[in-house]
Amino acid sequence: MQVNEEFVPTIVAFCCNWCSYAGADLSGTNRLPYPANVKIIRVPCSCRVNPTFILRAFQRGADGVIICGCHPGDCHYTTGNYYTRRRMTLLFSMLDYLGIERARTRVEWVSAAEGQKFAETMRSFVKDVTALGPNRRLEDLRCRKD
Amino acid sequence: MQERLKARARELLGDGVVTRVLGWKKGEFSYDITPAVFESAEELERDFVFDGFCGANLSKYLIQEASKPGKGKILVFLKPCDSYSYGELLKEHRIAKENVYAVGIPCEGMADADRIRARGIDGILGIEHEGEDFLVHTLYGDERVSVKEALAERCLSCKSKRHASCDELIGEEGEDVPDDVRFTEVARLEAMTPEERFEFWRGELSRCVRCNACRNVCPACSCENCVFDNPASGISQKAAADPFEENMYHIIRAFHVAGRCTDCGECSRVCPEHIPLHLLNRKFIKDIDELYGAYRAGESEDGKNPLVSYTEGDVEPSVVNERGRA
Amino acid sequence: MKYLPTARLDRFLEDAAKLRKIYVPVDGEQNRAAYRLWMPGTVVSKALNTTRSAKDFFFPQTENLVGFRRTEKKLEIVDPRRETEDFAVFGVRACDARSFSILDKVFLSDPADTYYANRRAHGLVLSVSCRRPAETCFCTAFGIDPSAPEGDVTFTDDGEGYYVRANSEKGEAFLESLSGVFDEADEAGEKEARAQTKRIADRLPLGTLPLEKFGGGKTKDLFDRPEWSSLSESCIGCGTCTFVCPTCQCYDIRDFDTGREVRRFRCWDSCMYSDFTKMAGGNPRLTQKERFRQRFMHKLVYFPENNGGEFGCVGCGRCLRACPIGMNIVKVLKTLAEDGNES
Repeated sequence: MQVNEEFVPTIVAFCCNWCSYAGADLSGTNRLPYPANVKIIRVPCSCRVNPTFILRAFQRGADGVIICGCHPGDCHYTTGNYYTRRRMTLLFSMLDYLGIERARTRVEWVSAAEGQKFAETMRSFVKDVTALGPNRRLEDLRCRKD
Repeated sequence: MQERLKARARELLGDGVVTRVLGWKKGEFSYDITPAVFESAEELERDFVFDGFCGANLSKYLIQEASKPGKGKILVFLKPCDSYSYGELLKEHRIAKENVYAVGIPCEGMADADRIRARGIDGILGIEHEGEDFLVHTLYGDERVSVKEALAERCLSCKSKRHASCDELIGEEGEDVPDDVRFTEVARLEAMTPEERFEFWRGELSRCVRCNACRNVCPACSCENCVFDNPASGISQKAAADPFEENMYHIIRAFHVAGRCTDCGECSRVCPEHIPLHLLNRKFIKDIDELYGAYRAGESEDGKNPLVSYTEGDVEPSVVNERGRA
Repeated sequence: MKYLPTARLDRFLEDAAKLRKIYVPVDGEQNRAAYRLWMPGTVVSKALNTTRSAKDFFFPQTENLVGFRRTEKKLEIVDPRRETEDFAVFGVRACDARSFSILDKVFLSDPADTYYANRRAHGLVLSVSCRRPAETCFCTAFGIDPSAPEGDVTFTDDGEGYYVRANSEKGEAFLESLSGVFDEADEAGEKEARAQTKRIADRLPLGTLPLEKFGGGKTKDLFDRPEWSSLSESCIGCGTCTFVCPTCQCYDIRDFDTGREVRRFRCWDSCMYSDFTKMAGGNPRLTQKERFRQRFMHKLVYFPENNGGEFGCVGCGRCLRACPIGMNIVKVLKTLAEDGNES
């Protein structure tokens, strides 16, 4: 890796189909810019996100992983995001316990009407992860690109 | 105590209440005790053992043993911590309760031969219990170790001497032990910087040989087919190919039993590299207690586990970022 | 006869490290001894043996065999092998030293495994005799002498130093280039040191085992013995015994897609695992009993059958200590050696 080259992180965003994915769509139709290095993966509900998905994303080159779902109480399936909330709280706490940087993972609730919030969230998350630099603690050396 | 257990097992076998007894079988030495099923009074008389080295938790074997068709009831001896694993398995409907006769037995803590060896004692031929001490006969003469010094870590931080689930009790029922030392080590790690924690876990997990003993012995790991045994999942089940694989395996293993782990400590007991795996499980237990209210897996056969329930006012995942940043 | 006082061990290692990389057993976390690269200041462990065996040096747990990379319409084949440097392993005990000759029979017989052969050619085994065997040691049962281990160079420990003897040309040349650190000694001292070890070895509780019923040609007698059921019933199917074993040699070959290339690697396999010998159409060993039986039949019957009677176990005792449920080859041997009157 060249030192003077500016680091552009790879971000994976898991977005629930009903709220956050629509929110991303809205930010697009409203021409609200958010960084192009955010790769969106659509999931039926934020609670579909298995911890292995997150680790796998880090293994395959992600520098940050964000999970976006409906606001608690607004889940299309009524309760899915409540489970997401507990699971991700515990998972992030475990990652922190293993010494993985806290700012590499995040959960945000973005509704279908919050195109603005989606774009802002992504900008701020990309900024945080950029500050951390490349993911080294949860990377798979075999998959390293450089 | 051993004789009392034997006598009770003989009685229950003789009365036809049970057809088999799940217990511990003598080994070559004092410490290499094997879980075994006894079918007759003669087998019990010859091989059954119960002493300070019967650490193995028998509850997981009940998944198989209690589902053997036409085999009748099986008697199982459960130490307090084993009874929590049993309770959790009952809650998850993994054991056919009608085929089990569970007898709770008291436990004063189980010894770990490696703790004796760590004191520089080798060539252990036999170990006798003498009051507060173990008298250890070795190839190089006799040695004395206090029982407390030989106890496994999990017993020094025992959570309860009280049984969770059983049909009958031998001896006096004990009491819960206050959690004053159980989370000390977790708290010590939490107080470190992320860099120190990362180094600590790298040092520990890099020894992992991927033998899967921690998973296979775990009473909470009761899936018929494990995600780590599915080659299509992209997981290198037995290859210690990259530090990532070690992190992945241990994070997911601990996560899968979060909210169901009873902290029986079998994972750390069986690890050939003595990786303190219980510190991963205890972290989840501590977090669950702190964030969602005190919870003890396996204590009750009813109710919902914390990871399959929620409240509307649960904390947000960002709590992790705020912690330790006053 | 050369002699190396313990006080001069560091100097020997320092000089040796100038010739080639040298690995020594080092005490690690939680009383686990493991081989580490010697560097100035490294303290050599006094433990009887390392948690993992020395086979890792020649047959590592994971190893890349070949890679495939596609660029447009071309498929490039990548050979990941690098020129192996010369290295030496110090502190190998008699059991592990013998395990190499067992592994050689598997990997060096035609067609030779070039990955293994390459490491063997570059590796030098510096074995050390045992002073304090453990209760779990039973190398003597398989005809191994813990006082006189095999290897390129044998270090016979007398408590204050080592009598040093080369057993191969490679070992001879190695000692020759380091001759400055050694004293001269007569063979009587070495003999006495050996006798001391032998006196303890004679008292080992598992020092002799009933092997008459095992060996080549015994498949029919042993395969259907009913005892396999009770022996294997509490086996949890982990791979601990096979992964700490110095002679277990089964491996699996898998592909890993890194995103840029596909790497074909091999990794240790374990006959205890449910997917062992899984193939198109199913698995011939469906239950833990069959897999458990395979491990012991392999070591005690099939291997000797194919290798002139040599057993596939060296009695290092690692599995006796590591097994989560206290089952092991000694119990299997003793149980099956009893008359099968239950059948």
